[in-house]
Formats: sequence, C-alpha cells, structure tokens
Amino acid sequence: MDIVVCIKRVPAFGAQVPLTDDGLAVDTRHLGFTIGPHEECAVEEAVRLAAAHGGRVTVLTVGPEEAGEQLRYALAMGAHQGVLVDTGTTDLDPEATATAVLAGLADEPAPDLLLFGDASADAGHGQVGVRVALACGLPIVGGVTGIEAESGAVPENGAVAENGAVTENGATLRATRDTPGGTEVFGLSVPAAVAVKEGLNLPRYPTLPGRLKAKKAALRTVTCGPEPGGLRTLGLRRPADDRAGAIPLGRGADAAPAVVDVLAELGKV
Amino acid sequence: MQLIVVADGQVVPELPAVARSLASRDEPVEAVAFAGTGVPAGDVAGELGGYGVSRLHVVRHELLDEYGPEAWGSALATVIDWLGPAGVLASASHRDTEVLTHAAARAGLPLATNCVRLAGEEDGSGAWRLTRTRSGGVLLEDAELTAPVKLATVAAAVETPQVPLQPADCEVTESAVDVPPELARTRVAERVASETGLSLSTAPVVVSGGRGVGGAEGFVVLEELAERLGGVVGCSRVATNNGWRPHRDQVGLTGTKIAADLYIACGISGATQHWVGCMDSAAILAINTDPEAPMMQRATYAVEGDVHEVVPAVLAEIRRRADGAAGSGRSGVEEPAPAGSSRR
Ligand SMILES: Cc1cc2nc3c(=O)[nH]c(=O)nc-3n(C[C@H](O)[C@H](O)[C@H](O)COP(=O)(O)OP(=O)(O)OC[C@H]3O[C@@H](n4cnc5c(N)ncnc54)[C@H](O)[C@@H]3O)c2cc1C
Ligand SMILES: Nc1ncnc2c1ncn2[C@@H]1O[C@H](COP(=O)(O)O)[C@@H](O)[C@H]1O
Repeated sequence: MDIVVCIKRVPAFGAQVPLTDDGLAVDTRHLGFTIGPHEECAVEEAVRLAAAHGGRVTVLTVGPEEAGEQLRYALAMGAHQGVLVDTGTTDLDPEATATAVLAGLADEPAPDLLLFGDASADAGHGQVGVRVALACGLPIVGGVTGIEAESGAVPENGAVAENGAVTENGATLRATRDTPGGTEVFGLSVPAAVAVKEGLNLPRYPTLPGRLKAKKAALRTVTCGPEPGGLRTLGLRRPADDRAGAIPLGRGADAAPAVVDVLAELGKV
Repeated sequence: MQLIVVADGQVVPELPAVARSLASRDEPVEAVAFAGTGVPAGDVAGELGGYGVSRLHVVRHELLDEYGPEAWGSALATVIDWLGPAGVLASASHRDTEVLTHAAARAGLPLATNCVRLAGEEDGSGAWRLTRTRSGGVLLEDAELTAPVKLATVAAAVETPQVPLQPADCEVTESAVDVPPELARTRVAERVASETGLSLSTAPVVVSGGRGVGGAEGFVVLEELAERLGGVVGCSRVATNNGWRPHRDQVGLTGTKIAADLYIACGISGATQHWVGCMDSAAILAINTDPEAPMMQRATYAVEGDVHEVVPAVLAEIRRRADGAAGSGRSGVEEPAPAGSSRR
C-alpha cells in the first residue's frame, strides 16, 4: 500500500506566543519548529501500514525550504521519501495550500492512501485534506482515530465487503471516529484519503540511525506559487487574559485545609 | 439571503443572530436541514421561527438518511447553487464543519472556520471582516473573506450581536436533491453508542495530571480524588505520550476541550496547547512545585508543593471532615485521624 502523508511545519511554543511587531505572524526567531501531533500520528500509521502490507511512504510538505527539517523528521520515523513543495511560506490560505499539495502530488504515482492531520496545528482550518481529496477524486473521512486495513481476499468488482465498503481492488479500510454520541465506523476501499487525529496510535521517537539516514536522504523539491484564495489574514492577536492571578492556598500538605475549604465553597465536598 | 445549516440536528441559538446581523435590511434568514438529521422538521422549524428564520429547506435523498460527509456536502453545494445565498453559516461542531468544508470544496468557495466574530463589509468591497481562533484559541486571527457566497463556521464563544429578532412563521419546504450514487462510499456504516456516565468533556470536576505525577501509578490518588469530587481524571500530553494515560484523557488543543466547574491541574506546567483545553473552566486549582509555572500564575487557586504530598493530604482532610460530619450525629465512632498523620 503506497501512502502519501501531508505534514506542515509549525512553530513550537510553550507558555507564551511571541508575535512579530507588525502582528502578521508568530515571531519564530527564538522558536523551534515541529509537526502537529495529528500529523505525527498520520506518519506513524503510514509507517505501520507499509510495514504490515508492503508499499512506500512519501511525506509531503508545503512551505519554505526549511520545512525539509520536518520531512527529515518523518523520514527518521520510517517514511521512505520526501517531497518539498517550496512556496517560501506556510502562511497560505487553505485553497492555496491545497493547490500547492496538488502540485507536489502531480509527479508522484497515485497513492493508495492519502493521509492528513484533521487540522493543522497552527492555522487549524480543517480544510486542506477535503480540498485535496476532492480534486483527486478520492473519498475522505476526517477526525479518524482508528484505522484497520484488511487486504488479501479480493472480492468481485464492486462487491460489498463485510464492513460495508464497496470493494474494487481488494483492500478495505475500517475507519472509526469518536462523536459526542459514540463511535462512527466507515468502510472505505482504497484509493482513499483519511484525516486523522491524535490518539490514533502512540508515535515512535526516531532512532539515532534513523536520524542519520534521514539527514542524508535526498528530497524532491517542486516550486509553486499558488494563487491566493478568498480568505486573507489581516493580523494575529493574543486573546485577552483577564484572569486575576492565582490565590495562594499554601504550601505542601499544610495547604490541605485551605484546599478543602475551597472545595466546600464550590459545593464539591 | 443568509442561510443557516442545521447538520447536527440542533439549532444553535447564536447562529440566527449572527446571520441577521450580516443580512441587509430586508434580506431573509433561512435554514437548510438534511432528511437524515433525525429531528422532525416541524420541531426545528418551530425553534428557528422563534429566532426569526422564515423558511426551512429540508433536502431529501435516500443517501442522506444516514450521515455521510460527501453526500451531505454535495447536497449542500447543490442547495447553495439553487438558492444563491449571500452567506452560509453553521456551528463549529465537527460534523457541521465537515459538511461546510465538503460543500465549499465542491462549490469552489473559500470558507472561514471557527469564527468568534463576523461583520459585514465596512468599505463597500462586499467582503466580510471576521476573527477566527487559531490553535484552539491560542491566537486570534483577523481576516477578510471575499467570495460570491461567503461560508463560515461559528464557534460557541462567538460574540453574539445585539440585533432584534422578530419571531416568524417558519415555513418548511421539502425538496429532493440529486446525490451522485458513488458518494455512498463515505456513509456511516456502523455506530457504536458510547457508554453513558461521566465523560471528560461533560464532567463537572476534572482532576488532571502531568509530568509531575511521575508515572501511571501516580494517577491512583488522582482517581480517588476525582471520585470523591464527582469528577473524572484528565491528563497532559506528556502523560499520554509516556503511555501513563489513554489519549481520551488528554486535555488540550489536540485532546479534549473542557469547561468544568473545577479543574485541578497536578504537576502540569500550563503550556498554551494545554491551557486552551482547560481555560474555560470556572475555577482552576494548580498544584505544582514551581511557583513560577504558567499554570500557577493563571489558575484561580495555587498550592505550591509536591503532588505526592498535597493530593493525599487533601484526600485525608476530605475524609476527616466527612467522618466528622457523620460522627457528630452518632456516637461510638472512632476519632478521625488528623490530616497530618495520614501515611504518605
Ligand atoms: C501542536 C501541539 C499540540 C499540543 N497539544 C497538547 C494538548 O492537547 N494537551 C497537552 O497537555 N499538551 C499539548 N501539547 C504539548 C504542550 O506543549 C506541553 O509539552 C505539555 O502540555 C506539557 O505537559 P506537562 O505540563 O505535563 O509537562 P511539563 O511541561 O514538563 O511540566 C511539568 C510540570 O510539573 C511540575 N512538577 C514536576 N514535579 C512535580 C511534583 N512532584 N509535584 C508537583 N509538580 C511537579 C513542574 O514544575 C512543571 O511545571 C501540544 C504541543 C504542540 C506543539
Ligand atoms: N503547508 C502544508 N503542507 C503540507 N500539508 C499541509 C499543509 N497545511 C495543511 N496541510 C495538511 O492538511 C491538514 C489540514 O490542514 P488545515 O486545513 O490547515 O487545518 C494538515 O493536518 C496537513 O495534513
């Protein structure tokens, strides 16, 4: 099963989010970069599926040249090759990002499975996966926290597999996701696209040999200058934090009576 | 026309007010529901009418009877094409957002998700000015949406505009739509109802642990405290990543967003990505060895100390008072142990 995973380079910040003076972006001069947890799970799942069912894992990112760092992280986790769609920036609207992802996919063999995060860790539009999948003519389900692949038995063309999927080429996926009322199960036949959420698996940490190998790997670079879509960012702000500062209840075990007083006041004991 | 999408089967009260504020004076606010919404159209229409929505379009097709993101999104794109609304609004729930995203992609339209403020044009450009949350509320983004039909999802925390809503008789119009048969491929094939009982997102009290708890076994006392307080246990991503707790317990940006009466953060530093998950709680109690930890600064109450000492002492104090209360009415009850004497 050949798999493409789309990952995004995002700033990794802790308790404070520094902004540039013009308020247009996060000030990343003193920050590291990462990929979001949803996408880390997507890479992990792809590596596991390829190990179990055969096939290659390609990771694809749209951003500046430096986003190669995130591709290498995914390669160190076990992905086989990386595609960098160089747009100079990750600050694109979802329509433009989707166009750039498609430009990166154009020269790749059509994958059996296209994986996305449910939402990017910074912009969080929740849109790029759906826009790309539709343009590729692939079905897509989002919010997925469980994937089971069944390959082998090849039903007749269009036969209905046990899990309800209309199977054309033999591989079916059972994708599950949590909703407020319970769990929804989808049966998908590949080729398909899935947008996943953290909780799908516990991603591995790259090994040292994995990192060394990834450092030397060649990345394929595509340049792309997509047309902007209809949503334009004017500026970023930090939300007002009107919490008044914590009331100290004491130190160590001696604070217990004061804590229980508060619990009683709140009607919890 | 401004169109409200009811995909989740619930009328979100903020939506009609936002839609009305975006509508020009005589422009109607109407709504669309899918035949599979699972709620009788009459009930939805009655509720919508109360908010001044004058028409509910119920779209029917056999593929819409069960939820399917592609089928519902395709049906919505068709309805947008028929009705030509100026704006289309839905809630920011996962399902509503998914349906709008599919419709936007099919119609070739932009979409602004998670909006907390929406305003009509200011400069004759016809664009909407909006504010949306990024990273679950870590940042606010001011943006401009320019499109022939403007699509947006509205977060629960939206600023509700002060506009008069004249109750209307909401007329129900049923229409059949075409849905490409291949879209049956992404319909829900099976549902498993969740166990009833307290869940992280609805529990009134959440006792959460992070790196400071030190390991899976450290959560035993947190479980006990949660049970005493009628709540559940939560955790930070460090606890999840170390395999101490399942991911469904994680609070935060990529976990669950909660709004408890009381959130108790034990050994959690308060990174932004965690904070956005718990900040809507009415009261927050932080227990941390580091008084400078962001969680200690932003919480309502702070205890400086080791979770392994503080939590058992709090449990002992709760038991002592409970026993005292019970004991005061009876005789022959053992003298409760003082808080400090509990074993740690
Ligand atoms: C895109 C993205 C998404 C993320 N999503 C989430 C999310 O959904 N949820 C989440 O939680 N995190 C999330 N994170 C991770 C987040 O940035 C932090 O790394 C994480 O929340 C830290 O967890 P922690 O507070 O348990 O650990 P730390 O930051 O290591 O803090 C541990 C705290 O425990 C205190 N401590 C240590 N020992 C003791 C003791 N014995 N008693 C009392 N206190 C003690 C320390 O003083 C410290 O303050 C995300 C990160 C990224 C980049
Ligand atoms: N710049 C990017 N490069 C590669 N993939 C991206 C990029 N932006 C978004 N994606 C993918 O699309 C998903 C949803 O992104 P978004 O629509 O921004 O929430 C992400 O989790 C990624 O899988």
